[in-house]
Order: sequence, then structure tokens, then C-alpha cells
Amino acid sequence: MSGSWMTTRAWLLMLPLLVVMISVIGWPLVDTVRLSFTDAKLVGTEGSFVGLDNYARMISGTNFQRTLVTTTWFAVISVAAEMVLGVLAALLLNQQFRGRALLRALMILPWALPTVVNATLWRLIYNPEYGALNAALTQVGLLDAYRSWLGEPNTALAALIVADCWKNFPLVALIALAALQAVPRDITAASMVDGAGPIARFRFVILPYLVGPLLVALVLRTIEAFKVFDIIWVMTRGGPANSTRTLSILVYQEAFSFQRAGSGASLALIVTLLVTVLAVAYAALVRKAAGSTA
Amino acid sequence: MERKSLLFTAFIYASALLLAVVILAPVLWLFIMSISPAADLSAKPLRWWPQEVDFSRYAVLLSTVENSAGASFVASLYNSLRIAGMATIAAIALAIPAGWAVSRTPAVGWSLSVVIATYMLPPVALAVPLYMGLAWLGLLNNIFGLALVYLTILAPFTTWLMKSGFDSIPREIESAAMIDGASLFQTLRIITLPLAAPVVATSALFALLLAWDEFFYALLFTSDLRAKTLTVAIADLAGGRVSDYGLIATAGVLAALPPVLIGLVMQRALISGLTSGGVKG
Repeated sequence: MSGSWMTTRAWLLMLPLLVVMISVIGWPLVDTVRLSFTDAKLVGTEGSFVGLDNYARMISGTNFQRTLVTTTWFAVISVAAEMVLGVLAALLLNQQFRGRALLRALMILPWALPTVVNATLWRLIYNPEYGALNAALTQVGLLDAYRSWLGEPNTALAALIVADCWKNFPLVALIALAALQAVPRDITAASMVDGAGPIARFRFVILPYLVGPLLVALVLRTIEAFKVFDIIWVMTRGGPANSTRTLSILVYQEAFSFQRAGSGASLALIVTLLVTVLAVAYAALVRKAAGSTA
Repeated sequence: MERKSLLFTAFIYASALLLAVVILAPVLWLFIMSISPAADLSAKPLRWWPQEVDFSRYAVLLSTVENSAGASFVASLYNSLRIAGMATIAAIALAIPAGWAVSRTPAVGWSLSVVIATYMLPPVALAVPLYMGLAWLGLLNNIFGLALVYLTILAPFTTWLMKSGFDSIPREIESAAMIDGASLFQTLRIITLPLAAPVVATSALFALLLAWDEFFYALLFTSDLRAKTLTVAIADLAGGRVSDYGLIATAGVLAALPPVLIGLVMQRALISGLTSGGVKG
């Protein structure tokens, strides 16, 4: 069979996927770009060309800047905590102890719980009047009076981060555990014979095996955290006093609550650009990591 | 072998216990809330264990009496099932030929890379035109419209999983069948697809979980019981004026049950899918 026929056949087989992807991803993306240069409303007016006005207004606005800071905080802290907790849990699960298989099976629970259910669950836990967190902390004497964890600007973001970490660190743990199990036993044994202590062993023998998979998990989680919408919408809707408003929430408000499709689109593309930068950094990091461990 | 001191062993067991509590406590509490009488949940100090077990909320939510809380819950449950089912079937139908083509013909592989790159796109980048497009087609607040939109998430993911699946099936088996006179489609149907069945199943499960979990598009594109999904119904309950927190918890338990069961039963396949995804990027 000739190569060109093979290629033509491959394109024919891909055609349905490509047609669907162009209509539900390609066209909307192009149209978002077009809308971002107009003052279109979500319903009704087509809008007219306004050049870069939307971008200029959005970037210079305090809403955007404050939201960018909030999003960055959310992404950096939750992902960092997930990485550390995930690796610690994986190191634990890589030890021999009774009940290990059961514990490893349980790790799938937070991951399998739908995001909205997780958000709802934590919203109930943080409830200012009847929540389990208030009850537990007062009953052990750590807290004098019930607090509104999601209702106060200085605790709301931290409370969200805890809820997000609880759901996502087990996945990091499972990825790290798979990598740990790929570390050959004779290498760790040899390093012990050579007198390496546990910390040196982790740093020089085990960590090289973890770097690649963890880096991938790190960047994928960072991109996800940067796009975060669901958990925040269900728990705080970006409040109180916009203290938990992330970029995706801001786009939602601009485009759908205020129905300003044009400026919403420009904001969405700014978010897309930021995520793309992260994704490109990701590709570069992974290539570099693959080069150094191969 | 490593010699382990008693202290080290104690430390391991203590950490394992801590991890188990951290993982289990919130999930168990969700379940306990769902079976505690409302009075127990609003008691101060809070009653951690129900005085009497009360499963009545499950009956309330699963009842189909008209205009009850149950009727709307059941409707959204049914919508979620249908939307996730349709989107999964469509995604797999697109992914099988495309995944096979890319696996066997690397020359077209770049197009799959482009499709997968779109997976990084924030949904907000597509939401406004999708909203306008669905409105124009009359598919807002419609299960078919939402299922179509879900392909933006499911199709790239399933195609990529199918492609890796086909990669692990040697193409020599296919060539042998073709030399024996089988046509391409006979070969795929009789030889390749049966071998790829486990990958198809894993991809379909992942797709179902993704669709079941989706919230953003469902929030934007559905407005009432004709298309509203379970995730939106639960968010409504959580953000509404429901005074019985146990009822919200019950809805959460019911929505979590299918994915948690799939997760526990399919543990091995899911983890290998997730970790290979993590490793291969």
C-alpha cells in the first residue's frame, strides 16, 4: 500500500473528529477573538468594532489585577500543598504495613467525588452555625466562638484551598506512588550499603525517579488551578467582598452576569494566554526532564 | 533488608492512621449528615452520631411525586445520565477511528497534538460563542446541545487514550489478517477492536466520569428541569435556602455514588490510565 493512500485514509478516518472539534472548539475560539474586539452584548446587539479597547480597559482595571493576584495565590498555594502532601502520602504508601492496600484504595475516594459534591461537602463543613469544623474546634477547645469561615475575607480563600487540596492531593500521591514503585530495589539497597541516610537516599536515589512524573503533575495541576471555577462558584461565588474571585469567575460575571460578551471575550483570551504560557513552559520542562532522566 | 526500629514502625502506623482519617472523615461526615435527623445536625454541641438512623431523605429525593423536591432531583439525575451517556458514546465513536489512524499513520499525528492542546483551553474561552451558537440552533437548555458541548472535553481525551491503546497492539497482527484477504474494516472489527476492548472500556469510563462531573457548561447552558444536570441541581441546593443540611448531603451522596463505585471497582485501570497520562503527558 502506498504511503500517500495510507495518509489519505488516515485523514478520512480522522475527519469526523476534526469536523466536530472545529465546530465546537475551533470556531468558538476564533469567534471569541472576533468578539473581543467588539462591544457586543451577550443577547441582542451585534456590537461594533472597538479595536483593543476591551483589552486596555480589562488589563488596567483593578478588578482584573486583584483577581489575577487571587488566582495566583490560589494556584501556587494549593498546588504546592498538593505536591508536598502527595509525595509524603506516596512515601508512606510505599512502605510495608498492614492495611496498605486498603489505604491505597481509599485514596481514590476524594478523586472520584464529583467536584461540585466536594465543594458542597466543604461548604457544609464550614457552615457558620452548624458546621462540623466549628463544632470540632470548639469541642476540643481550639476555638472560643463559631466563625464564618467562608464569610470572612481573611479565611475564605484558605478554606477553599483546603477543600481543593483534599480533593487533589490523593491524585498526586497515586502518580508519585507509581513512580516510586518503578525505583529498582537493588539501587536503594546499594545506596544503603554505601551509607546513604534516609534524606540523602531520597534526594539522590529516589527523587530522580519522581521528578519527571511530578513535574507533569505539577504543571497540569497548576493549569487546572489557574482555570478554577466550579469549587469557588459553589462555595463562595467569588465572595465575600470578591476575596475569592478568580479569573474564570470574573469572566463569567463579565460575559454572563453583566452580559458584556465583548469585554468578557477579551478577558477570556487574556486568561487563555496566561494558561498557554504555563502550557508551553510545561512542554519545555517535560522535554528537559525527559532528556535528563533518559 | 532494611532494619526497622519499633519507633519507625510506630511512626508508619500513626501516619497511616492519620492519612486514613484525613481521607475518610469528610466522606463519612457527608454520609452521616445524610442519615442524621435534622435536629441532630443543628444541635449544639453538634451530635456526631445520629440518635436514630434516618434514611427518609433518600426516599424524599428519589420519589417522583410531581412538583416535589424528589421530582426535580430525579429529573436532573436522569438528565445527567442521558447527557453523559450520549456524550460518551459520541466521543468513543469519534475516538476509535481517529485514534487508530494516528496510531498507524504517524504523518497525521500533529493534528491530534493540536486537538489535545485544546484540552488546556479554559472553558471560558469558548463559552460565549458556544452560548450564542446554541441559542441560534435552539439548543440552549437542551440535553443534546449540552452533550454536543461536552465533546469539547471528552473527545480529545478519549482519542488520546485510544491512540495509546492502539499503539500497544502490534500492527503485524493486522497485516497478517489483511494478507489473508480481510478488508480494512473486517480487520478492525474482527482483530483490532476486540484486542482494544479494555482500552475502549477505560476510555468510556473516564469519559462518563468527566461528563458526570462537569459543571461550568451545564450552569451556563441549562436553566430548568428539561436539561439541568445533577451538578447544577446540587449547586442550587447548596446555594439555596434549604434549611435541612441533611437533604443537601443526601443529594451529594447520591451524586457521588456512581463515580465512587466506578472508582473503587475500576481502581487498577483508572490508576494506570491516570499515571500513564501523568507520565506521558
